[in-house]
Amino acid sequence: MLRVTDLHAFYGLAHILHGVSLEAKAGEVVALLGRNGAGKSTAIKAIMGLVPPARGEVTFAGARIDRLPPYRIARLGLGYVPEERRIFTELSVMENLEVGRQPARQGAPTWDEDKLFKLFPNLGRMRERPGGRMSGGEQQMLTIARTLMGNPKCVLLDEPSEGLAPIIVQEMAHSIRALKREGLSVLLCEQNLRFCEAIADRAYIIEKGQIRFGGTMAELAANTSLREQYLSV
Amino acid sequence: MTFASFVIQLLNGLAAASSLFLVSAGLSLIFGVTRIVNFAHGSLYMLGLYGAYSLIEALGRTPLGFWSAVVLAALAVGLAGVVIEVVVLRRIYRSPELFQLLATFAIVLVIKDVALAAWGPEDLVGPRAPGLSFPIEILGRGIPAYDLMLIVVGPVVLALMWLLLARTRWGALVRAATQDREMVGALGVDQARLFTSVFFVGAALAGLGGALQIPREPATLDLDLSVIADAFVVTVVGGLGSLGGAFLAAVLIGVAKAFCIGFGFSKLTLVVEFVIMGVVLVLRPYGLLGKAPATPRAIGETPPPLGPPRRWPVAAWLVLFALVPLVGDRYVTVLLTDIVCFALFAVSLHFIMGPAGMVSFGHAAYFGLGAYAGALLFKKAGLPMELALVLAPFVAGLFAVVYGWFCVRLSGVYLAMLTLAFAQISWSIVFQWDELTAGSNGLVGVWPSAWLSGKPAYYWMALALCGIGIAILWRALFSPFGYVLRAGRDSPLRAEAIGIDLRAYQWAAFVLAGTMAGLAGSIFAFSKGSIAPSSVSIAQSTDGLVMVLLGGVETLTGPVVGAAIFTWLRDLLARETDFWRAALGLMILLIVVVFPQGLVGGLAALYARWRPA
Repeated sequence: MLRVTDLHAFYGLAHILHGVSLEAKAGEVVALLGRNGAGKSTAIKAIMGLVPPARGEVTFAGARIDRLPPYRIARLGLGYVPEERRIFTELSVMENLEVGRQPARQGAPTWDEDKLFKLFPNLGRMRERPGGRMSGGEQQMLTIARTLMGNPKCVLLDEPSEGLAPIIVQEMAHSIRALKREGLSVLLCEQNLRFCEAIADRAYIIEKGQIRFGGTMAELAANTSLREQYLSV
Repeated sequence: MTFASFVIQLLNGLAAASSLFLVSAGLSLIFGVTRIVNFAHGSLYMLGLYGAYSLIEALGRTPLGFWSAVVLAALAVGLAGVVIEVVVLRRIYRSPELFQLLATFAIVLVIKDVALAAWGPEDLVGPRAPGLSFPIEILGRGIPAYDLMLIVVGPVVLALMWLLLARTRWGALVRAATQDREMVGALGVDQARLFTSVFFVGAALAGLGGALQIPREPATLDLDLSVIADAFVVTVVGGLGSLGGAFLAAVLIGVAKAFCIGFGFSKLTLVVEFVIMGVVLVLRPYGLLGKAPATPRAIGETPPPLGPPRRWPVAAWLVLFALVPLVGDRYVTVLLTDIVCFALFAVSLHFIMGPAGMVSFGHAAYFGLGAYAGALLFKKAGLPMELALVLAPFVAGLFAVVYGWFCVRLSGVYLAMLTLAFAQISWSIVFQWDELTAGSNGLVGVWPSAWLSGKPAYYWMALALCGIGIAILWRALFSPFGYVLRAGRDSPLRAEAIGIDLRAYQWAAFVLAGTMAGLAGSIFAFSKGSIAPSSVSIAQSTDGLVMVLLGGVETLTGPVVGAAIFTWLRDLLARETDFWRAALGLMILLIVVVFPQGLVGGLAALYARWRPA
């Protein structure tokens, strides 16, 4: 579904990604784990075209996407859920969803408002509320719902559990499992290992812009030294 | 004042407010989504007026011909907006915002000459509106039916725009992009097409505003800058991005102007809107209905650090410049005198807008006031020329003390607009105070003393004084004072958190830059022997901006290079062709597209790329 090979990216003059390679297969939930500043967000943004990749290759559903502008990438069916949520605060819940709306596409689940309100019942109870007057957890749900309105085949989730109360994190895990059941592929980056253990099939560990580990969640669970070296604070 | 005359003036003001609202709504819409301050919006309004004039001639002076002409003119101006967006602006959305501003200045120049070529220099007076030219009697006085109809147009367009923005997918996309256009792109929306459509709507609104005025005002070539000044004022008074605010402000200003005319204070009409704007911005810094802008997502990068000037190259250039009159003729010497004056003017503008981060749309105020101060101290106060020349900058500096006190309270576009307001107030005082400034004729007989009367002698004096001025400004940039200014530009909060009273420093910078611009103006006045109100005009301010931006606001020497090239090119082109504005505008556009970092920045980047490793 999504394959990244030897990806390099810069912020200004700072070289952030040093040859990242990873893969998410159809229907798979893959976690990209790492500490603050390891390059998780940059990897996601480079895949989405928001940070122009300097070198390397990104293919999605069989097409090269590493030179495309973000809107073309999104239209191929790759959804992006940003870290800081980036809700349109002046727009109501319904209008936020409208901005995300794209035509239905083959090979991907189709979403509409009613189906999304079943997945996120809270949102259905505040359809006309402006995005700026919602709690952090509600905003996080809305960002995911907004991206799903584009009927993606695969979604990139940038730290979905960040800054959320534990109960909301559980709801979030529940929602991501629901996306997997719908047949979506998910690549999420996280610092929260337990959250990933609850939802992911496989994981990569990134440190200083390079991939240090790739394997199943079971392999990661078995390797204590790896976890201590790259993930513990 | 009788009740009847009050009502009549109120209706007059409301009729004028409609067009003002239309053009401001378009400006505000475009700024919201694209973050481009479209200086060419007044030019689009002007095209609407001219277009309606010609279309009415072609389609006939019947109600059908008239209204078809108005609608077609608005649509044609909308298409002109699309052409501007697709051909020029789309290529530079990733450039620094100030560079986009430069491109819109260039478009102003091009459109002015297009209009000159197509419609000639004479004012064109359009027909009365067919079918609506009869007066309607209100309280014993006649008011043209057309004016009453215009009063209705404003609220109707406001309602339509509101529906469009609040009830359609396009409207949701526009409002979303106003807040975070990158996110809208990541959701699969083609920004280029959205921006083009926004430009179409914004330009068509300006065109409609102009076309509707054809029965009320003649089409003239200087509408472009006067209308953009009005539209800026309305947008800022109402609050950027607020349609309702723009409507409220248009009504307020339209009515205030009508009252000034109607009750015998016609001299005040040029000032009143800027007074309103000054008062509103000081009381409500984001306008009547505006909100504090959400921190915009950084799209550009912070400017690179400045390097201090290298002494030897600067000294070599100075010597070279000093030697020119020995080999060049009188013409070259006069041109060089202009160039050094404008170089100091541009460096002083760069000082506040580059390192201090306060963009001024009205820097000509200090240049012009310095020039007038020099001339008046010499002619009216009878001071010796040398003393007048040296005291004049301090007069300009005093004005900067007053104007700056207000301006540093704001930031960004609001600050820029307030500087424009003060410049326009200064201009209208100079323009109207016949007894003191001789009004539109300007002051003549402002000649230097005998020992400076030779062109080379005056040039050397100008070179020395402007050189000292530039040296002072550059020195200040690399003192702790200059570091504080740059810190304040890059992060005002952090600067204040370490105990810096940022406003005081910015105010001081404003005064220093104003004084230096005044010095440039005073030297300029004595070099010409006369001074006219145009030295205080918006056009003079935009010339300064073009010089700085052309050279590159991110470099130290850019403003000097920009001033030299701009002055030389303008002189050269004006000798060759009547359409020098268009030629200059096209050259600027070419530079903008090829060197998005400005001339000096672009050449430095080229040099860095080709330098042998």
